[in-house]
Amino acid sequence: MRKIYADNAATTAVSKTVLEKMMPYFTEVYGNPSSLYQIGGEAKKALENARESIAKNLGAAHANEIYFTSGGSESDNWAIKGVCNALKAKGKKHIITSKIEHHAVLHTCAALEKEGFEVTYLDVYENGIVKPEDVENAIREDTALVTIMYANNEIGTIQPIAEIGAICKKHNVVFHTDAVQAAGYVKINVVDENIDLLSMTAHKIHGPKGCGCLYVRRGVRINTLVEGGAQERGKRAGTENVAGAVGLATALQEAVDTMDERSKKLTVLRNKLIDSLLKIERSRLNGDREKRLPNNINMCFEGIEGESLLLKLDLNGISASSGSACTSGSLDPSHVLLALGLPHEIAHGSMRLSFNEEITEEDINYIAEIVPQLVDYLRNMSPLWEKIKAEEKKEA
Amino acid sequence: MAYSEKVMDHFANPRNVGEIENADGIGEVGNSKCGDIMKMYIKVDNNIISDVKFKTFGCGAAIATSSMATELIKGKSIDDALKLTNKAVMEALDGLPPVKVHCSVLAEQAIKAAVSDYYRNQGIDPEPIVGKQSDDCAHCHDCVEE
Repeated sequence: MRKIYADNAATTAVSKTVLEKMMPYFTEVYGNPSSLYQIGGEAKKALENARESIAKNLGAAHANEIYFTSGGSESDNWAIKGVCNALKAKGKKHIITSKIEHHAVLHTCAALEKEGFEVTYLDVYENGIVKPEDVENAIREDTALVTIMYANNEIGTIQPIAEIGAICKKHNVVFHTDAVQAAGYVKINVVDENIDLLSMTAHKIHGPKGCGCLYVRRGVRINTLVEGGAQERGKRAGTENVAGAVGLATALQEAVDTMDERSKKLTVLRNKLIDSLLKIERSRLNGDREKRLPNNINMCFEGIEGESLLLKLDLNGISASSGSACTSGSLDPSHVLLALGLPHEIAHGSMRLSFNEEITEEDINYIAEIVPQLVDYLRNMSPLWEKIKAEEKKEA
Repeated sequence: MAYSEKVMDHFANPRNVGEIENADGIGEVGNSKCGDIMKMYIKVDNNIISDVKFKTFGCGAAIATSSMATELIKGKSIDDALKLTNKAVMEALDGLPPVKVHCSVLAEQAIKAAVSDYYRNQGIDPEPIVGKQSDDCAHCHDCVEE
């Protein structure tokens, strides 16, 4: 059976180059970067080279604006809590975010709400995109932070980050973006786009799990989240994950080097598959068709439930994901799909495919052939589909 | 979260899928908002459930519990079918992840709803026999918290 891994938005395989670059830092150059002897110095050098490379690829002005973390969730937590708590003393107690952020952002905002912050959750409309004017209208005297993701993890929509950045700059409000899904897929320049803080992680772009970074523009006040040592200029304690930092830097470099070509190829295949799957009756594409990651497809098929579809896909060799409740341990459908205005019963029937550069035309054809069969099969045993069809008949 | 082999077997090859024409009782439980609807059809001969079929909109566990529940009552007396608990369905499937326990509750309720419908069709008030059927969603959340 053909095997297709189509869940790269969840995680990716570590690339051979990344692994090779990381290996020496486990067994040979294993020194602690804070140590004074040679092997520590070598590790320190590798860490700083990685920092410089990441800074360059994000368009940061200074290498020391990059702080290594354990990944996207830590970076998001740190950025939001660190900035808000630093600005609290100045009377700032308002946060602006969107309804479709990752839970690392939403739950952190909710935690701050309990501490007395007020949070504005911006609408994303039918296409899953924040309107910059909504950001501007939401800004208040006491706004501490605007945090809007670069690209959405479920529906892949790319937000107007440069426009939002310009608005934040104009109003002198700190701007954070969670770029976990976007980095390596979209050209990012933190200076040009007026981004003050940016979260990213390695494992979405063929790097290792558990390594990420937070870009913090020089001059932005941020409290420390992880206390305990002088690492990362006293801002983030813990012996540095040198191999991980090397892995993150290498993965980002590879992604940036291949971005244009990869994006072109993925966009063509993605569009072909979208067109094909939209032929299924009562199906819909979630999120803007153009302003979306080149490797993301998110669709709903009425009358079926997403988890059963993804289990069926798995039985047919395709690893996909569903925004559906059933996989996340909650009974509610995806907050992202609900934010698009979808009713619960439709939002339950979602499927997310996220590809990598290895996807082929044959793979796409296989998916285009198999999905309609599985949707049909599940609809045939669905009392909800029966109702939908009965309604149709009545209307006709 | 992972499903047992039994759950995957009943999901991949569900038993008794479909409808029964001229069924003696039809029960439907759950709602589309929660993401699960189970519809069960029974044929009754001399107080024995001679045939049973189901249709389910829902996750893997919802389909597997429907399938298992139909297997467990097929050929049994109505009394035995009414004694089937969600725990028995879960045990027969070698367990369910905690968030999926409500699916087994729905399966139990679907049987009771079908039997109630059967009694009603016979002109018998099902409530003293089957008990009151609630169609609210609260049970899902109660189960999840168990």
